[in-house]
Amino acid sequence: MTDTTKLTSSTVQNPVLHTHDVTVDYSGKRALNETSLSFESGTVTALIGPSGCGKSTFLRCINLMNREIPGCVVGGKIVYHDINVNTKGIDTLWLRKRVGMVFQQPNPFRKSIYENVAFALKSHGMTKKEELDERVEKSLRAAALWDEVKDKLRDSAYALSGGQQQRLCIARTLALQPDVVLMDEPCSALDPIATFAIEETISSIARNGICVVIVTHNMEQATRVSNKTAFFYLGHMVEFGDTAQIFGAPKDQRLNDYLNGRFG
Amino acid sequence: MTSAQETAVAGEKNAPNQSMPNADYTATAHKARVQDKVATGILAAIVGVIIVALVAIIVYILASGASKLVDVHFLTAKPEQFKAGGGIGPELFNSFYLLVLTLLISVPISLGAAIFLTQYAPQGRITNIAKTAIETLSSLPSIVVGLFGMLTFVLTLHWGFSILSGALALTMFNIPILVRVIQQALEAVPRDQRDAALALGLTRWEATMHVLVPAAMPAIVTGVVLSAGRVFGEAAALIYTAGQSAPVLSWSAPIWSLSNPLNVFRPAETLAVHIWKINSEGVVPDLSAVSAGTAAVLMVCILAFDIIARVAGRALERKLTAE
Ligand SMILES: Nc1ncnc2c1ncn2[C@@H]1O[C@H](COP(=O)(O)OP(=O)(O)OP(=O)(O)O)[C@@H](O)[C@H]1O
Ligand SMILES: [Mg+2]
Repeated sequence: MTDTTKLTSSTVQNPVLHTHDVTVDYSGKRALNETSLSFESGTVTALIGPSGCGKSTFLRCINLMNREIPGCVVGGKIVYHDINVNTKGIDTLWLRKRVGMVFQQPNPFRKSIYENVAFALKSHGMTKKEELDERVEKSLRAAALWDEVKDKLRDSAYALSGGQQQRLCIARTLALQPDVVLMDEPCSALDPIATFAIEETISSIARNGICVVIVTHNMEQATRVSNKTAFFYLGHMVEFGDTAQIFGAPKDQRLNDYLNGRFG
Repeated sequence: MTSAQETAVAGEKNAPNQSMPNADYTATAHKARVQDKVATGILAAIVGVIIVALVAIIVYILASGASKLVDVHFLTAKPEQFKAGGGIGPELFNSFYLLVLTLLISVPISLGAAIFLTQYAPQGRITNIAKTAIETLSSLPSIVVGLFGMLTFVLTLHWGFSILSGALALTMFNIPILVRVIQQALEAVPRDQRDAALALGLTRWEATMHVLVPAAMPAIVTGVVLSAGRVFGEAAALIYTAGQSAPVLSWSAPIWSLSNPLNVFRPAETLAVHIWKINSEGVVPDLSAVSAGTAAVLMVCILAFDIIARVAGRALERKLTAE
């Protein structure tokens, strides 16, 4: 916990995370070509591009979730706090605790709201009830869900609306105090109001120094929440820059076409 | 049925609104609607016949044994060899005791096997071989399982006709079914549950035990209780393993005595075996009444398992999903 704070404050200039020539093959078929990107703490980076271009594939490299897919091979370097994590010996449990992930479909556990947040904490060794209670409340507040659920923490998470479930999933990720949060189209199953609530949450966790990487198909969303944007096209990372530049003055012709709705 | 009716009604309503319906189209639509009605009718008739037949069997068995069903003496007394008025007390106890032992052995093994097959085994060769073996075993006639049990447990291991031999034979009979049920239950849990757990830095074991198994629990419980019904009514696998005699039981007997109810090395006739035995070689004068009564008791127990399976499964489901 203490070293998280130390690391985040000492790495304001240095990226928390950078990838160097990362490639992905699924059963020998290349899905992502050499991709090098860097991500800083306190910033939100949007990954955009047409369907099937490799955004989710890239995102799943960062917390090594691709290792759970049989036949998937990841090449290149993924450097998290100066440690290359794309190596055999890396402790994936440690990495995934520090690099959280929120999925496209809200996927709370079939447990109570409280347990959804506390469960991973317990298995990472937090046992004291007061500590757990405090962390659960803090995480639910950070995900802007506390006021809505504080009186029904023991109810099943499935009694919540889709948007609330997604914020619960964010809270459950934040509970482990990660310094990177990966989000794969977190709002695609939600209505505009729930989407707005999630976007607020994203901005506020970034203000707290967390590095957020978000995949989105919603261009307005990318402009609203992100500082940086990377454009992927057919398995290539084509252009990366400040969000204002990417949307205002795209350099690559394919990005320009994509933004003007000419394909994908 | 209702959706077919709705479609039909909607079709009739829409027809006049269409300016000039194509003649071909109306003819095809009409034909499809008739087809739908005929098919629904035939299917409903088939299901009706099956339901009537099944209900008739159940009612017949229950009615034949109704008087014995509420007869406390019959339910608790020991069976008689030559005169009327015997009961099925030891058989009833034996059936439940064997069932409990069988489940205690087969549920953990099946759960472990199913978890290994769905979560750990590399998909492909090993899982395919295991799947084929399980399918084959689950269609093995139970008399074959019984004879195998006799050769292995009764003769080779010298356990004799005993509860232990019977429970192990029933375990062999039960495991393939349970593994399949649990495997299906685990596979039905959405993949994103497991991904969510792994993405939180949990081990595969934690993800399985704390996320997948609880989520699959309603289906697992339903499967286990339904398999319990099958085990409870099984006779062929027990005739040559648990044996066909029911020693008089006494709770005050020492554990090594054949009269101690919990002694796993004593022979133990169950309800289903009792029905088989008295019908094939029984000489008691009230044979058909005893047989009918035993069948009714067996039937009530299995119906109870079935109801418990549904209720427990649904209650667990509701608790987990709050729906
Ligand atoms: N598990 C997998 N096994 C095999 N191929 C895969 C797998 N996941 C993705 N792919 C392939 O990799 C390529 C990139 O897929 P990916 O899911 O990363 O796209 P995406 O940019 O996230 O698309 P979308 O916007 O539709 O989510 C696609 O061609 C896809 O078919
Ligand atoms: Mg995707």
